[in-house]
Amino acid sequence: MDKLLKLLCKNSQFSTAELAAMLGEPEDYIKAQIREYENSGVIKGYQAVVDWEDLPDSYVEALIELKVTPKKETGFDDIAGMCMAFEEVESVYLMAGVYDLALIVRGQTMQDIAMFVAKKLSTIDGVLSTGTHFIMRRYKDRGMNLVDFDEEQDERSLIL
Amino acid sequence: MIDYNKYLNSSIRSLSPSGIRKFFDIANEMDHVISLSIGEPDFQTPWHIRDEGIRSLEKGKTWYSPNRGFADLLQQIAKYYERRFSLPYTPSEQVLVTVGGSEAIDLAFRTLIEKGDEVIIPQPAFVCYNPLCVMAGGTPVNINTKNEDNFRLKAADLEAAITPKTKLLVLPFPNNPTGAILERKDLEEIAEVVKRHDLMVLSDEIYCELTYGDRNHVSIASIDGMYERTVVINGFSKSYAMTGWRLGYALGPAPIIEQMTKLHQYGIMSAPTTAQYAAIEALKNGDRDVRHMRDEYDMRRRLVVDSFNDMGLHCFEPLGAFYVFPCIQSTGLTSEEFCTRLIMEKHVAVVPGNAFGACGEGFVRVSYSYSLKHLKVALARIREFLEDLHHGNQAESAGKN
Repeated sequence: MDKLLKLLCKNSQFSTAELAAMLGEPEDYIKAQIREYENSGVIKGYQAVVDWEDLPDSYVEALIELKVTPKKETGFDDIAGMCMAFEEVESVYLMAGVYDLALIVRGQTMQDIAMFVAKKLSTIDGVLSTGTHFIMRRYKDRGMNLVDFDEEQDERSLIL
Repeated sequence: MIDYNKYLNSSIRSLSPSGIRKFFDIANEMDHVISLSIGEPDFQTPWHIRDEGIRSLEKGKTWYSPNRGFADLLQQIAKYYERRFSLPYTPSEQVLVTVGGSEAIDLAFRTLIEKGDEVIIPQPAFVCYNPLCVMAGGTPVNINTKNEDNFRLKAADLEAAITPKTKLLVLPFPNNPTGAILERKDLEEIAEVVKRHDLMVLSDEIYCELTYGDRNHVSIASIDGMYERTVVINGFSKSYAMTGWRLGYALGPAPIIEQMTKLHQYGIMSAPTTAQYAAIEALKNGDRDVRHMRDEYDMRRRLVVDSFNDMGLHCFEPLGAFYVFPCIQSTGLTSEEFCTRLIMEKHVAVVPGNAFGACGEGFVRVSYSYSLKHLKVALARIREFLEDLHHGNQAESAGKN
């Protein structure tokens, strides 16, 4: 994997000077490279990874399995596109296996999500069935630990 | 009350305790200390290596190993030196597996040194050479490597330190604490002096896999006429992040290894069995891990060197190990003052350079064996510290005017 992208995936807040130092490249080159990635759509954006758990306006998430009938011309794209259009939907994936599309759906309450699935998703033309799995706790997300069992202690000691 | 001093060996009483400790003890008693003082990998041993250790335990492999180490491991070590450094060693005669590289250093000293022999030890260097040399009856003769030479050992300085009593040269490169390396040309010049004066060499190559910028480590044993004069020390701690497994080895001429094996046999018997099974896996399938860790260290190294130079603390580019050795003389503080104030005022622990020999005064050792996240926070605090220091100095001189 491209080392620059790898570093940005780890932490998009490295300054271009820091990235340049780490990768042994001129800063201008790094800036140009990032701009290139942004313009060509390789880098879609930058987001914070938030642990909402203890915040007052926390929310509920569910993973929804969809079995669908692919359309003759467009395959799964049409239905995926319709799912993408809902603001409740965080992620849409095409899956290999026992179901076809996996969605991550976000709502204020479990009831919100249940209603969304029943009223909005199940009724899409071509959707055969849905399966809803509520996410109870996020331990790790996008490479980051949200729960620290060991509290990240440095167990190394200075011996000499 | 018994006066224990009466019973204690006077040589051991005269050894001073390691200077690195003091700051660690301060750090331990403080909250929220960010340490850059640890000299071991922050990585855990790669899983497949741990797994082989576990598997050996599951199979009940809990006995002593042969004194020299398992034949399979001896063979893998020989293969590794052949593959990486083009050096041929006969597994059954020229390889000895030890409890860490440190045991191998101790064995080599005790095997080679006789009372009154002088041992040339370049400094700054890892703290164990002088004490172990003294305990073996030798007299350490320290040569100071210099910042302007990028802390490389110069043949001329070596030549100047040699007396009729000199027997052994210690070559601790890639170097802890400076991060300096020696390249083929340096080694060729040193080898000439060594041969001319009929010396032996102990080459501590524990950091051999941590050499940066597409440079492959060169062992002095591979220089013409040096194979027969060199005891190579190495181990698994730094290359494979296996410090806690305590496994190292020595390679060298059969007559030397044979005597070292005797000492090892009586003092230690054999290196840990579980660790040896893991080490076999490390040598067979660990190249990728080594590359991965080296790449990670390299990124951190660049970031840290760049940051120090940017802060105004001159830092020569270290090409090996995982330390940087910035010069702090511009602050007007001694190494100890710098480290004490840095830890008291900003809660960042680094090690004073003089812990590695008097010539390390004016420098500090900074380990970058930490995550980028950790390093960034620590570097920001050091920057603040320097700014405070600068403002303090300005206020002081303004007060005088």
